[in-house]
Amino acid sequence: MTPAIDTTINRFKARAAEEGLLDVAYATADSPFGPLLLARTRRGLVRVGLPNQDADELLVDLAERVSPRVLEAPAELDEVRRELDLYFAGKLDHFDLPLDWRLSGGFRRRVLRAIDRIPYGQTRTYTEMARKAGNERAVRAAGTACGSNPLPLVVPCHRVLRTGGALGGYGGGLPMKEGLLELEGVLDGKSST
Amino acid sequence: MTALPPFQTVLDEHSAAVMAILRGAVGRDGADDCFQETFLAALRAYPKLGDASNLRGWLLTIAHRKAIDFHRARGRNPVPVAEVAAEAAEDGLPEPDDGLWAAVGALPPKQRAAVALRYGSDLPHVEIAAALGCSPEAARRSLHEGLKRLRKELA
Repeated sequence: MTPAIDTTINRFKARAAEEGLLDVAYATADSPFGPLLLARTRRGLVRVGLPNQDADELLVDLAERVSPRVLEAPAELDEVRRELDLYFAGKLDHFDLPLDWRLSGGFRRRVLRAIDRIPYGQTRTYTEMARKAGNERAVRAAGTACGSNPLPLVVPCHRVLRTGGALGGYGGGLPMKEGLLELEGVLDGKSST
Repeated sequence: MTALPPFQTVLDEHSAAVMAILRGAVGRDGADDCFQETFLAALRAYPKLGDASNLRGWLLTIAHRKAIDFHRARGRNPVPVAEVAAEAAEDGLPEPDDGLWAAVGALPPKQRAAVALRYGSDLPHVEIAAALGCSPEAARRSLHEGLKRLRKELA
């Protein structure tokens, strides 16, 4: 593609944003674990894709569930990228980003809201999250809610462990969960699975 | 019915074709504006588009309308064909003979668009028809008339 057409495309995207037609803006970002996909709506961050997830599939899913007006627009994700960079550098312990929760509803959303309040460097159990979401016996459903978290990292589902301390699962793979817990000083670098 | 892909995919797959056609239809100067108008109109209408099976034809139809608007606004001034040829060469397309491009640029709008779509963008008749908003038969006729005229001009 020629630079001339890139300029034209960028101008088109700027005008689309001005006209309020940019329903979903996305960008990719580097992380110590691999590339992340970041997507936002006008309400806030709506999806974080982890390195082992297929970015194209996530975009197709956003087109179906949020709006097909999905465009790559890196500048729209600058603040998200900035905070994530600081977090991975160990210089940020609390994200201050508007979030769009529309991809989770009901019990799952309540679980994720509870997870969102777990402080940096601390862990909770799936049972505790189920209780906070209003149904202590729905431990398995709480696990599913973690697994389907559309906003991993920012909504820190990596801080939820099994009762007894086993790691449980992670959408981005267990090595990533361990890496994040090491970054936050919870694990000493030795696996506890 | 095919689900609508993310609009970025539509842009990635069809922006080059839309640009090539617009450069052929309105020249390099107008193509930039027409391109933006085309994709803005497409993005506005996109969520309500019922069927994603012929996105290319849909986009080319919009592009064609924007090209017609452009010519109307300009009072059907002739296209600056020398620049079209230069731009086409930059994009790695076969370098057209200047005389040929001048003759294509002098054709009436429908015939010019039909010729540009067939030989500039290598579209089949059905897609040319979609782009021009006419029947395949009418597209074939426009192309035929355009070619006949070109042969006469260049003979």
